[in-house]
Amino acid sequence: MDKKTVLNETHRDMGARMVPFGGWDMPVNYGSQIEEHHAVRRDAGMFDVCHMTVVDLRGARVRAFLQHLLANDVGKLTTPGKALYSCMLRPDGGVIDDLIVYFLSDEWFRMVVNAATTEKDLAWLGEHAAAFDVAVDARFDVGMVAVQGPNARAKAEALLPQDVRAAAMALKPFSAAYAGDWFIGRTGYTGEDGFEIMLPEADTPALWRALAAAGVQPCGLGARDTLRLEAGMNLYGSDMDESVTPLASGLSWTVAFEPAERDFIGRSALEKQKAAGSVARFVGLVLEDKGVLRGHQKIYAGEREVGEITSGGFSPTLERSIAMARISADAGDELTVDIRGKRLAVRRVKMPFARNGKACIDL
Amino acid sequence: MSNDVPSELKYTKSHEWVRVEDDGVVTIGITDHAQELLGDLVFVELPEVGAELGAGSECAVVESVKAASDVFSPLSGEVIEVNEALAEAPETINQEAYEGGWIFRLRLSDPAELEGLMDADSYAEHAESDEH
Repeated sequence: MDKKTVLNETHRDMGARMVPFGGWDMPVNYGSQIEEHHAVRRDAGMFDVCHMTVVDLRGARVRAFLQHLLANDVGKLTTPGKALYSCMLRPDGGVIDDLIVYFLSDEWFRMVVNAATTEKDLAWLGEHAAAFDVAVDARFDVGMVAVQGPNARAKAEALLPQDVRAAAMALKPFSAAYAGDWFIGRTGYTGEDGFEIMLPEADTPALWRALAAAGVQPCGLGARDTLRLEAGMNLYGSDMDESVTPLASGLSWTVAFEPAERDFIGRSALEKQKAAGSVARFVGLVLEDKGVLRGHQKIYAGEREVGEITSGGFSPTLERSIAMARISADAGDELTVDIRGKRLAVRRVKMPFARNGKACIDL
Repeated sequence: MSNDVPSELKYTKSHEWVRVEDDGVVTIGITDHAQELLGDLVFVELPEVGAELGAGSECAVVESVKAASDVFSPLSGEVIEVNEALAEAPETINQEAYEGGWIFRLRLSDPAELEGLMDADSYAEHAESDEH
């Protein structure tokens, strides 16, 4: 039996098509995935992300703990409320999960991790937290709704509690404000402005309905995937997992090698990989012909197989098919993809493909 | 969820519909139920005109935002026409699966095969059970 978020009944009442997703019964769309996608790029849409897990980490040495645990450096976080994106690595550099961590005080950080990885993440956190006397508290009592799009913050404003509203509206990108049980981050997974709102589970269905009444389009996982793909944001389990390092996943920018004395888990493996050279490239691809790029399709340079697509699909903003792929360092620019036995030309582009309502590449 | 299942058409378990036209020709597409399961269609790979198809053979691919799905020829025969308009407007299948969303026309080599297809009532039942 798949797990259900607190919004499950609300989704069904509002006409969502539900599908199993990583052990959860989730909405894939509310009718047209493409219309939901456009609503987020042009106006405002919302996503049920209650299946993701909020983890509070508390203790006098919590910062030192996270500086050891994460590939990015929470030492960069000096203003309370500021957020950081990071990978959590195995000693061999494989990615256990990607996550967002918020600095709230010298004794309290909050982390948001993926749904499907929650169990192993909590085990990993628990294993390493003890040495730092850090308490790990998974907040299964917290609901989470992402409201995204150019008009998302304006449409959500009136629905935020009075005591956090002004602070939330004043937030800079990638930071959070909180009051009582509500926690609002100006973050997201779509390449648009917006909020991720954490609140008591019991209040979540009412917020969802009120946002819909305020003109925010309910969206399913389908649109969430095409939006993040256009925005050039990796998906754990597709674009990276425990078998690859962030350096081979387009995530080098999230690995803080400075300061050199910070000894984070996976550091020496990444340094070795870097020194050895020829790390696989993680690239954006656009299909020049009609058709759809999909995960696991093979990429060729001439007759040589040079890698494969990690995630792909149809971009509603570009009206083209786009993909992320992992290819060998010497693959070059003349690439083709094998789709059902046919070779079609793909063009290597710099990601993102689209953000903030606009295409970011030339067509 | 209930979908449109016109009574004058024949159906397959794999969610194709068949309209019997004059002169041993049939028109083939995918059902309203199939398009709804697939979601927004973004690409259709059509069969080749002149191709000889066997009943049950893969002959086209419909791709939605979610996935690629094979279309199987319900019957044996020669492809005499394909719906070129789908190349530019695959969403026509979402909008009108049984009209503008037709995929190809086949000249039957064995009209007796029509007897093996499902009628609307059986298909509606099949589609319903497929939901669960």
